[in-house]
Amino acid sequence: MRTAKSAHLLVVLLAASALCGAAEEAAPRAGADWASWHADDDVGNTASLQRGARDFQAYCSGCHSLKYERYSRMAADLKLSPEELQQYLQPPGTKPADYMVTNMPAADAATWFGKTPPDLSLMARARGTDYLYQFLKTFYLDPATPSGVNNLRLPTTAMPAVLSSLEGLKRSVYKDEQKPAADGKSTTEHVFDHFETVAPGHLSPAEYDRFVHDTVNFLDYVGEPSQQDRRALGVWVVLFLLVFTVLAWLLKQEYWKDVH
Amino acid sequence: MTPAIPPAAPPAKPARGIVAWLYKRFPIQEFLSEQLTGYYAPKNFNIWYFFGSLALVVLVLQIVTGIFLTMFYKPGEATSFDSIEFIMREVQWGWLIRYLHSSGASLFFIVVYLHMFRAMLYGSYKTPRELLWLIGMLVYLALMAEAFFGYVLPWGNMSFWGAQVIVNLFGTIPVIGAGLVEWIRGDYGIADATLNRFFALHVAAVPLAILLLVMLHLVALRRTGSNNPDGIEIKARVGADGHPLDGIPFHPYYTVKDIVGVAVMLVMLAIVVFFVPSFGGLFLEGPNFEPANPLSTPEHIAPVWYFTPYYAILRAVPDQRLGALLMFLAVALFLVLPWLDRSPVKSMRYRGPLSRTALALFAIAFVTLGYLGLQPAEGRYVIMARIFAVIYFGYFLLMPWYSKIDKVKPVPERVTFHAHG
Amino acid sequence: MAGDVLIDDSQVDKSRRVFLTAATATTGAIGVALAMVPFVASWLPSERARAFGAPTSLDLTKLEPGQMVVPIWRKQPIYVVRRTPQMLATLTNHDDRLKDPTSANSDQPPYAKNVDRARKPEFLVLIGICTHLGCLPKARFEAAIPELGADWPGGFFCPCHGSRFDLSGRVFDGSPASVNLRVPPYTFEGEETLVIGIDNANPKGAA
Repeated sequence: MRTAKSAHLLVVLLAASALCGAAEEAAPRAGADWASWHADDDVGNTASLQRGARDFQAYCSGCHSLKYERYSRMAADLKLSPEELQQYLQPPGTKPADYMVTNMPAADAATWFGKTPPDLSLMARARGTDYLYQFLKTFYLDPATPSGVNNLRLPTTAMPAVLSSLEGLKRSVYKDEQKPAADGKSTTEHVFDHFETVAPGHLSPAEYDRFVHDTVNFLDYVGEPSQQDRRALGVWVVLFLLVFTVLAWLLKQEYWKDVH
Repeated sequence: MTPAIPPAAPPAKPARGIVAWLYKRFPIQEFLSEQLTGYYAPKNFNIWYFFGSLALVVLVLQIVTGIFLTMFYKPGEATSFDSIEFIMREVQWGWLIRYLHSSGASLFFIVVYLHMFRAMLYGSYKTPRELLWLIGMLVYLALMAEAFFGYVLPWGNMSFWGAQVIVNLFGTIPVIGAGLVEWIRGDYGIADATLNRFFALHVAAVPLAILLLVMLHLVALRRTGSNNPDGIEIKARVGADGHPLDGIPFHPYYTVKDIVGVAVMLVMLAIVVFFVPSFGGLFLEGPNFEPANPLSTPEHIAPVWYFTPYYAILRAVPDQRLGALLMFLAVALFLVLPWLDRSPVKSMRYRGPLSRTALALFAIAFVTLGYLGLQPAEGRYVIMARIFAVIYFGYFLLMPWYSKIDKVKPVPERVTFHAHG
Repeated sequence: MAGDVLIDDSQVDKSRRVFLTAATATTGAIGVALAMVPFVASWLPSERARAFGAPTSLDLTKLEPGQMVVPIWRKQPIYVVRRTPQMLATLTNHDDRLKDPTSANSDQPPYAKNVDRARKPEFLVLIGICTHLGCLPKARFEAAIPELGADWPGGFFCPCHGSRFDLSGRVFDGSPASVNLRVPPYTFEGEETLVIGIDNANPKGAA
């Protein structure tokens, strides 16, 4: 009898903890630490780069160019055959040797969005991958802006929440914080506390995170397509120079035996 | 036991054939015997004495990589930025040539600053080497101009705004300032005209000036001979063969030693070029990967790290004109260093606690000001910059006093040397 | 005193010194040679040049019989002539006046090593650069033009130094040029399109 009772208790406890666990997952403080989010550098992961290229073509190339990158170069670096390039990534009317330029006319874009969508070839080098990662993950609803959304990483961005079908929509929840002011008194500031999901997207949070990771990874590659070759060659160059240094050192020691 | 007289070098074998033909028509033999095997340098050179020859190597590196970059770079507001990306992506091995040149620029300043510090450590600017020091300072000034012009050429956003800030400094000069700025720019703002003339200066004019000054620097060195870590004039004690007792022929001993120095430097250069070419944004700055935009200032305008000590001094002063003046003074004081120093002794090894402390504080101040120059000019950074600027100027301006009253140690007759092999 | 003996190379092991000098010098020389490779290689055509060197397509339906068009491939003019049967008939009767009637010494793909110097006799494809010193030969397709003589069968005439070529680009005796006009790699895509720069045997890229 006692065993059965304790067994029942155990089941109840387990169920309770499972429920609490579920509540923890949908934790109300999601996004509180957004400023310290890192994009893991993963440029050696060809599969991730291929997904990122596909995602970029599908969701970004409508407005953004990669004007220094050729389709053929991207295919070669991402280990895609010419047929795969043609089938999956090459927009109609373009040739493999063409640069990856968007079709959206710049002047019209400036009229529609207030600002021409910038070319993204060097954005990973200019702002860093962490910036891009945080930018794509901190869009929130804001009725005060023309596009209806705002961004924590780049406040008042002119870019609409084009990924909301994947990520869903969220809004910012603010809290009041006491901040000491210069004159000794303290002021109350309205600061960002956490995100609240308003509507879910097609992707789960984990899937969306992977989407952003792949896209940022791809932009990291586009920023410097030769980076993997550079690192691979560097190992040999440094090794060769170390061997040369040792020989030069031995030669020097040998000659300096003369000097007393 | 009578001291053995070592031969300077084995007697030269009589030259034959084409070598003899050349020797008769060109002073090669004399050059080799006077400048290499016949040039005696102090035997007690330590690690601080590598940086002169390393600077020469970096100069050659910059010229060679620079010439090749010029084959593909297209100067002009509309083309500069794109041509750099063309080099990085489409020219075979272009990325390597570019990174060698950008890393080489920072390496040049690391080597030159350490080279200058050696002179301050061992009193290499004191009599009879004042002119050697002055020519070296002119090389430093030319190098700063070269780096400034070169940085504008990629026409990134930092290139543009850095040029804007520095050229505007000349506007603080009374009376002629405004006209001078327009004359330098060749336009009403930093523009195509400015870019093109900076290109000509960077590629042709200043490198020629640097080459000439480096040659003069070596000629002056040859005349006085090298100083050494003990600050002793080795020519004062000469052996029966006419050579300094504490000297050894430059070739083979220092040629072979300098090769080791070059090898170590190349290892470090390779690590940077192949693994961390941007060096965390210090050698290649993030904002410069965006094209020049006259309507959008970068969040923090800062020059490249090798200018930031002076930049910190400029910003430490609340008045623009006075700040510019003090910044120029901070560089100019180096020129009069030989005459500020009243110590009877050359090397820090034999100077007293005041001089040693002053130099140590100067080194700390220089590095700290460099760090502060990279930070935004707000809050405690401003106060710190002011404090360290005072220390920086104190090193120079108080030197006539502390170098004179300082307690010096007796300087030995012969150099201190520990056998290597 | 020991300090007076400054340089004493009596204890020197000469062979070790020679070995180390040789080893260091050799390694250094190898390093210098390898270091030169990127600089020399940077002069090779860039990706942009190679992209522009990609094959060029030409729509043949617009080309009339007897007409020539000149597309550009790899920065060179390509002479594409749609030859009439009369033009083709002139090719067989003057072998004795040609320097190289069988194209033994000239530069063309295997399928162009024939009298017509073409895949299909109807379409002549040549690189329009004189094999003498590089001028562009002019089309002179009419026979017996006065300034070229009564026995002129029709072909190409180079104005710079007077080289003459027949309607297959073969060089005549008496011309400063010694080699027939070159034929680039090309292929047909269907009946209507000529692709210059690749031939079927090498689908991956141009020669």
